[in-house]
Amino acid sequence: MIAAHAQARPRGIPRPWGLCAALFLVLALLVGLGVGSVGIGPGGIVRSSLAHLGIGHNPLSSVQDAILWQLRAPRVVLAALVGGMLAVAGASYQGVFRNPLADPYLLGVAAGAGLGATLVLAYGRSSTQLLPPAAFGGAALSVVLTYALGRSAGRQRATGALVLAGVMVATFVTAIQTFVQQEHTDTLVGVFNWLLGGFSTSSWTDVLVAAPYIAVSSVVLLLHRRVLDVLSVGDDEAASLGVDVGRVRLVIVVAATVGTAAAVSVSGLIAFVGIIVPHTVRLLVSTSYRAVVPLSLLIGAGFLALTDVLARTILSPQELPIGVITAFLGAPFFAFVLARSR
Amino acid sequence: MIELRDVDVDLGGAPTLRGVSFAVAAGEWVGLIGPNGAGKTTALRTLSGLVAYDGSITIDGEDARQLGRRELARRIAIVPQLPERPPELTVAEYVLLGRTPHLGYLAAEGAQDRALTARALDRLELARFAARALGSLSGGELQRAVLARALAQEAPILLLDEPTSALDLGRQQQALELVHSLRDDGLTIVSAMHDLTLAGQYSDRLVLLDAGRVVDEGPAEHVLSETNIARFYGASVRVLEEDGAVFVLPHRG
Repeated sequence: MIAAHAQARPRGIPRPWGLCAALFLVLALLVGLGVGSVGIGPGGIVRSSLAHLGIGHNPLSSVQDAILWQLRAPRVVLAALVGGMLAVAGASYQGVFRNPLADPYLLGVAAGAGLGATLVLAYGRSSTQLLPPAAFGGAALSVVLTYALGRSAGRQRATGALVLAGVMVATFVTAIQTFVQQEHTDTLVGVFNWLLGGFSTSSWTDVLVAAPYIAVSSVVLLLHRRVLDVLSVGDDEAASLGVDVGRVRLVIVVAATVGTAAAVSVSGLIAFVGIIVPHTVRLLVSTSYRAVVPLSLLIGAGFLALTDVLARTILSPQELPIGVITAFLGAPFFAFVLARSR
Repeated sequence: MIELRDVDVDLGGAPTLRGVSFAVAAGEWVGLIGPNGAGKTTALRTLSGLVAYDGSITIDGEDARQLGRRELARRIAIVPQLPERPPELTVAEYVLLGRTPHLGYLAAEGAQDRALTARALDRLELARFAARALGSLSGGELQRAVLARALAQEAPILLLDEPTSALDLGRQQQALELVHSLRDDGLTIVSAMHDLTLAGQYSDRLVLLDAGRVVDEGPAEHVLSETNIARFYGASVRVLEEDGAVFVLPHRG
């Protein structure tokens, strides 16, 4: 009885893995802050942060300090926010659609957000405040279209159908987006740079624009981690366990879509983070969403912060669009997940 | 106590249930029988609130429509014929899902939920499987895990859809004996079954459905007549009675 009692505890996050993930994020942030044309050691970063809080003396020169806090910190923080968001959104879409291949990018969500953002850039005279709501409008429209199309293909082929529908919606939306983009040659360069995805121009303003959406969305998704486990037994059984499946699905999809749209609006299109990170957690730790959701947040944040370091160092002094790296890593990973999911 | 009155269900196309009325007393085991497509599964799904219906269903005198999904789940647990099994969930995690209707929307399980889960695992002799992945269980073990989840749900009414269809002869009996032993806790049971002999021996009363209507109901020795079975199943059988038990045997006419 005692033994059974102990085992009846859900696995949640095994403590060592929680620590590992947190440590990974801290290291990734330190690497992101320290690496670049001007190298800054972890000691310097920590002491400079303390100095800004009024503790002790700042060891960095004013130029180093400006590089660290005005150039690097916002891009590292933004990469971490976007990475965590895309990973959590991917995990949540996978749970809510019961589809291991669901991902903000593959569901057409990112492309829809891209269209919304392009419309703002083309017609809205680049008002950054408008970017997240416009991106959300496009993203929401795409996810609804994708889901409706995927469903119309029938339940038996749901996994394939949903992804195919996503590809179709993304292609269609991208066509409109490209049309708008080419029609407005004056904003072409801005749109194009934005689409490529990356953090080379990130500022604290971007962080402030995106952070509230990402924070609210992640908190909502974190709170639903147990409900996501209940959804894993399917709509009917979840309903017979007292879950209002329609409402729960709506809340989770809206939260994931709002967060994704905010992330996309400040970072452009970055594919596959929502596939790579949650599946890595599933392979290493647990398939329960109690572990997958919070660990995806931490590891996704660290992952994209590190990927951004690669993006700015591989071809230095040129920047490589970060989406190139995530796609390079993500496509083989996607093939692996596809093979595993039969 | 469950009461269906003039329940109609239309799942698009032909009506699936037509004017179905029957009652189940507290602590009773009622077996729904009938040929394929008679509406047994639909009747169970309707009772558990998964299907829209016309007419009235009352649970302990309260209108089922007014109860809401969560309250309904506290009163009725269903074991589907083909339960979904997320392969990598552990047995304990799966059984713990049964506590869902007792938890706040976003709350986590507490010590009491874990204790009740542990008791359900013990009750179905699954304690040693607690940490095993659901995907690694045999058909019979999975059946017990689903039953354990329903027990953890602590609902006084248990609906069983073809509880024995995937099991061999011995395991069919074991599963039904197990369900029978759960009646000690005062469970009310409604089951849909194909095997008429087993349905007759375990249920207190049978309700015979055909084409969405109740065509006969009563004790096994009344409902399981050669005429009824010839008429509604189109089957030629011999019905034997011995020691108060009814046996339905196929017979090449």
